[in-house]
Amino acid sequence: MKLSSISALALSTALLAAGAAQAETLSVVCSNEQSWCDLMAQNFKIDTGIDVAMVRKSTGEVLAQIRAEAGNPKVDVWWGGTGDPHLIAANEGLSTPSGVDTSGLLGWAQNMADMSEGRAIGVHVGLLGMMYNTEVLAEKGLPAPACWRDLAKPEYKGEVTVSNPQSSGTAYTQLATLVQLFGEDEAFALLADIGANVNQHTKSGSAPGKMAARGETTIAVGFMHDMVNLKKQGFPVEIVSPCEGTGYEVGAVSVINGTPHMEAAKAWVEYVISPEAQSRGLEVGVFNIPSHPESATDPDAPDMTSVKLIDYDFATYGASETRERLLERWGADVKAKGGNFEE
Amino acid sequence: MQRTAKLWLLVGLAAYALLPWYMIPGGIWSPDWLATWTTDARPALFWALGGRPWLLAPLVGLLGAGAALVLLRGLAQARALVASGALGLVLMAAQGLAILGNRARFDALEGLTQPGMGAGALLVAAGLLFILTTGISGLGRGRGDAFITGLVGAIVALVGIFVFYPMSFILIRAFELRGGAGLGLSEFLPRFLSPEIWSIACLLGTGYCGAAMNSLLLGLATATGTTVMGLAFALIFTRTAFPAKRFLRVLTILPIITPPFVIGLVLILLFGRSGTITEFFADAFGWEKTRWLYGFWGVWLAQMLSFTPIAFLVLIGVVEGVNPSVEEASQTLDANRWQTFRFVSLPLMRPGLANAFLLGFIESLADFGNPLVLGGNFNVLSTEIYFAIVGTVADPAKAAILSLTLLSMTLGAFLAQRLWLGKKNYATVTGKGDSGQHAGLNPALRWGCYALALPWAVFTLVLYALIMFGSFVKLWGYDHTLTLEHYKRAFGIIVRNGVHLTGAAWDSFLTTLTIAAIAAPLTAAVGLATAYLLVRQKFAGKDAFEFSTMLSFAIPGTVIGVAYVMAFNFPPIELTGTGLILIIVFIFRNMPVGVRGGIAAMSQLDRSLDEASITLGANSATTLRRVILPLMGPAILAALTYSFVRAITSVSAVIFLVSARYNMATSFIVGRVENGEFGIAIAYAAVLIVTMLLAILALQLLIGRRKLRRADRLQTS
Repeated sequence: MKLSSISALALSTALLAAGAAQAETLSVVCSNEQSWCDLMAQNFKIDTGIDVAMVRKSTGEVLAQIRAEAGNPKVDVWWGGTGDPHLIAANEGLSTPSGVDTSGLLGWAQNMADMSEGRAIGVHVGLLGMMYNTEVLAEKGLPAPACWRDLAKPEYKGEVTVSNPQSSGTAYTQLATLVQLFGEDEAFALLADIGANVNQHTKSGSAPGKMAARGETTIAVGFMHDMVNLKKQGFPVEIVSPCEGTGYEVGAVSVINGTPHMEAAKAWVEYVISPEAQSRGLEVGVFNIPSHPESATDPDAPDMTSVKLIDYDFATYGASETRERLLERWGADVKAKGGNFEE
Repeated sequence: MQRTAKLWLLVGLAAYALLPWYMIPGGIWSPDWLATWTTDARPALFWALGGRPWLLAPLVGLLGAGAALVLLRGLAQARALVASGALGLVLMAAQGLAILGNRARFDALEGLTQPGMGAGALLVAAGLLFILTTGISGLGRGRGDAFITGLVGAIVALVGIFVFYPMSFILIRAFELRGGAGLGLSEFLPRFLSPEIWSIACLLGTGYCGAAMNSLLLGLATATGTTVMGLAFALIFTRTAFPAKRFLRVLTILPIITPPFVIGLVLILLFGRSGTITEFFADAFGWEKTRWLYGFWGVWLAQMLSFTPIAFLVLIGVVEGVNPSVEEASQTLDANRWQTFRFVSLPLMRPGLANAFLLGFIESLADFGNPLVLGGNFNVLSTEIYFAIVGTVADPAKAAILSLTLLSMTLGAFLAQRLWLGKKNYATVTGKGDSGQHAGLNPALRWGCYALALPWAVFTLVLYALIMFGSFVKLWGYDHTLTLEHYKRAFGIIVRNGVHLTGAAWDSFLTTLTIAAIAAPLTAAVGLATAYLLVRQKFAGKDAFEFSTMLSFAIPGTVIGVAYVMAFNFPPIELTGTGLILIIVFIFRNMPVGVRGGIAAMSQLDRSLDEASITLGANSATTLRRVILPLMGPAILAALTYSFVRAITSVSAVIFLVSARYNMATSFIVGRVENGEFGIAIAYAAVLIVTMLLAILALQLLIGRRKLRRADRLQTS
């Protein structure tokens, strides 16, 4: 047969369609650390008997994917990651209320559910903070920073790394926090001053912390639970809770609108907000604050009572208009004015 | 012609009447669908008679072809076959695009839905397509050879469905007006030409360059560097008596089999502000520790390490293929060895040089992992596109515009390459007996090659030694206690009541290997078939055809990923969440390397070989199989190796396509790197590197060397 090679190609393609067999499994996309994702999926399988397929993606990737898949989702549940994208998904109708009872949770977790009409439920809180590499700081003979304003001091020129709010949710939380602390105009003036010291605006929110840990930069801004993890790994770092007060993110869980596995999805949501499931995070170095008051926490982990917190306004600063306006102003006032300092 | 057309008509009719038309749970190869043959797994014929009359559309084409075969003869029959095949395909596509999974596209068809097409539809479409192409061959096109027209038709159809169809979804976004006001150029042009993309301020020393300028400069620097380095390695291999060639060969392929991020991480540990080498120079000479690595030079260094092997793989076949007789002739005519190299060998290597340069340039433009890790504030198009899609404010229009910019650069490089190669003939492997020896390099050139390539090889070796070291220590850079813990966590096995794979990495590891093993031969087949058509056959629209096969390579992976999700998440073709979509994306993303390598190797084979074979009574399929393919060993090897490896190491395209069930190794590694768990990420990478190395060695043994002449000799004295 003359077309044997082509038909072989066509047939093998069809053969592969066989591999596409879909079984009844709950499909979960997870935006937490990989090990925490794996552990939760494994425990859920053991405790409920429901089969789970799990993949880890960053929040931006998940949002782009569920937008593209809207109407015919291939994912049932989205667990973890910062709350803002969860709220955007809820606003765009990409997620659906799960109807799970949230009354036993801490206030901020319930608040998240109220804001999204039950579509996103809070699972953890991460506090924003600063970190410095003790070895590099000593080598350069610099004082340790204690406040947001310290970051603008001229002696830190080229020593500070923050992420870019246009690509990173962490940096947007920092931007919104400073605006809520100091008022918009003063916050942007401060950010521009800090910008003059910044050696790199990283794309990823967790990158500055990792760079400071390895001594690639001196001072980093990021979430404190990531920093605790780095410190416990053995890096020479110290964590600072800014003296003026700091903001936080609320991680969430959402059920994707149009899921064919609503019952299993609901079981997942109930499971991840239970104290038994949340307490196990300590086994794999999860140091954020769980949303159930009875969940166990680590003594080294930041807790909300010992840190000066602002009353973070998620409704205002999570809204798309505020977000776009602030980011545009950041581009004009901070990024365009120097900053991006290369040694 | 008649036999082929009848055969495909039978295939089409059988599929239409017997095989399930739509996708079925469980897939076509599990016998489950036999039980639901009268319900969900009905063939098109039953669906059409029972409430979905639009499925009669493909039958129109099949019946038309049947009538033509029975009633008509000669040219009239061929014309009728072309018409009915085309009509059937158009009608079939129209019904699929009009009635989607959850809604109909037009109000008139309100309320109609259908699932995605399945095995029946696939075979009916194949039947119609080959009836069409057989008809075209009957008209005398493609030298009247049904195999040639069929091959062209199949590749055009595949590229159309898996490159152009998904890309149309995203590129149309570039012309979208704000606020859903339709499409137009009024916003596209200012955004496309904005200084944010094209600024050349960094060249003038007044600020930062636009992302496109950065990409362009980086691409040119990387392509030049990798081509020169690749040539140096290729010359050492073929034209010198260097003792440790085999060892060098392994070293040159190491970077290509390294998962993304790993090279960047090692470079940071060596040259970063607190890197080992930086610390050494700071202590020894009091040099200031700087962050030079984060920017143009760091990315360039990482890309040189990553892409030199690609240039080498393309060039080695070409350098080897230059006929020693012409070199001998040159020396007989009293040219010295330098003149022979400069005026005879080097010009004959032009196709290889041009292809290596083109691949290096495009690879550099599309590279995502290295700029992400080392870019610092140096923005290139590929990362900008990624963050336009996943950033805090998603801007698909910006991503589409940047993608168009990237595409136009590729088009430019492609045209420039065509211009440079011109219409010259580079065939040097002919059927005529040659018994010459390759001219050795003159000493200056030889030492030049050594000076360039050997330090590079040592540098590569050091990097890989460090990677291995990093996977065995507790906390790389800080706590160098030796440990097997990372391997245990990733690849733990418990033998108790049977063997249990408890390591976290097993799942993605096995999926990755399976998918890569399936995708590699398919990629090589599609790529080399395309190369064969481009080099050996003449048909209308060949240039456009050639460019269209290169497109998927130039489009950044992120854009392809999102485009695939948009296009293949809904009927008529529903593939998201399957392993198949990963295989397809690899085939069409990596096919261009098979094409380029195939073209380079095939343009050296003299046409007289084909002609001799055809004169002796073989048809073009037999000629391809018995004459061309055996001479294509290195090109096949390169295509297979490359596509296998790329399926394992590519990251940006698969980020959106991996699903919970089909997760890939790179996506796992990225997750760990994000979390700062370098140990387990590097241990996983080390296992992948070793696995790929073994696979490549096995492939090399399997395919072996081609025998171009009685012996490859080298003039040593």
